[in-house]
Amino acid sequence: MWKRDEAVRPPSPQPAAPAPAPQQPAMAPAGSRADAGHFSERDNNVNIGKSIVIKGELTGSEDLTIEGQVEGTIQLRDHVLTIGPNGKIKAQIFAKSVIVLGEVNGNVTASEKVDIRDKGSVDGDIVSPRVAIAEGAHFRGSVDMQRKTGAAQPQPQAQAPRPVAAAPAAQPQPAAAGAAR
Amino acid sequence: MSLLDLLAPRKNDRGARPPETRVSDQDPTCSTKALKKFLSCLHRDAKPVLLDLGPVVGSNLNFFGDRLGCKIFVEDLFADLDRHVRAGSLGAFSPFLEKRFSQRVGGVDGILCWDLFDYLDKASAQVLATELTRLLAPDGALLAFFGTAPPGDARYTKFVIVDELNLRHRTYPASRVRQASVPNRDILRLFGTLRVSESFLLKNNQREILFRKPA
Repeated sequence: MWKRDEAVRPPSPQPAAPAPAPQQPAMAPAGSRADAGHFSERDNNVNIGKSIVIKGELTGSEDLTIEGQVEGTIQLRDHVLTIGPNGKIKAQIFAKSVIVLGEVNGNVTASEKVDIRDKGSVDGDIVSPRVAIAEGAHFRGSVDMQRKTGAAQPQPQAQAPRPVAAAPAAQPQPAAAGAAR
Repeated sequence: MSLLDLLAPRKNDRGARPPETRVSDQDPTCSTKALKKFLSCLHRDAKPVLLDLGPVVGSNLNFFGDRLGCKIFVEDLFADLDRHVRAGSLGAFSPFLEKRFSQRVGGVDGILCWDLFDYLDKASAQVLATELTRLLAPDGALLAFFGTAPPGDARYTKFVIVDELNLRHRTYPASRVRQASVPNRDILRLFGTLRVSESFLLKNNQREILFRKPA
């Protein structure tokens, strides 16, 4: 029965739907679109294909995967944005969660999490309560993490008044002050 | 290979497969005394600003984010150094360091140097120390490690924070070899205006030094 499935399958290896999806996703690319390639929708996740270039503002109210290029601003305030391995983003990003497998050049703001996967690249500042950066990922910029409520109690040492100036000797010997392993 | 082999591999095949243990589990874990002190220096600030000069380590970012709710600048100077070595422009590294940082003067509450100074020549080390002193806020803290290992080791170390008392040392290839270890008196000279707040000599012969900028 497997052979029959293969026979039905279209010859193109393109995983996305072969015909352009008639349903436009709930997003409004306000700029020029250089190539009207594939917008496909699969499992409630809209996919912008490799050949798509969007310049301008991209807003939406559903999860989105970008494999193409976007320049400008991306706003998916309550949804997950995935930058696929082929995605190249030169934009400010605002989303609930951002997963980066491709390249992002711009600031990323996420209300839940930013996840830079292996071979993903971010050049820009991240604002998010959670950030995951895989081994092999590239990141250059700053990370601004709001402290989670209740997640991190202040350390006991922080409560106690600390002696500041009088604690150490004026010229302690760096190598001899303590030994530990 | 039959379908049965795919579903249930033979016992003999198991030996040929690569081990599936995570690399991180094999990295040595060493204690740290200064990290806890470093954190305690920063707890008083509502939202401290940190400068991390090492390679980006995601779990470290979360560690500091959870503990301090801070803003962290990741400035991987090891990568910059490596790039200069590969390009044969090591002589330009000192001037590069003078313009490297975009942070506000006195706007950084904590700086993590890790063992970067072990890989720098004297001129670059002095330029970097001067720049970091300039960036550090009054009462700010700077943590640096200084090894005593013989020079020539062509590996950098990622210091992955396990907890505030333990670091996992994960090495990776370097273009720049470790330089001769910096004597204590030279360390004190490097950071002339900073005060040594804490210093520890660990059993692995690594010196951990916590500097504070006078308020």
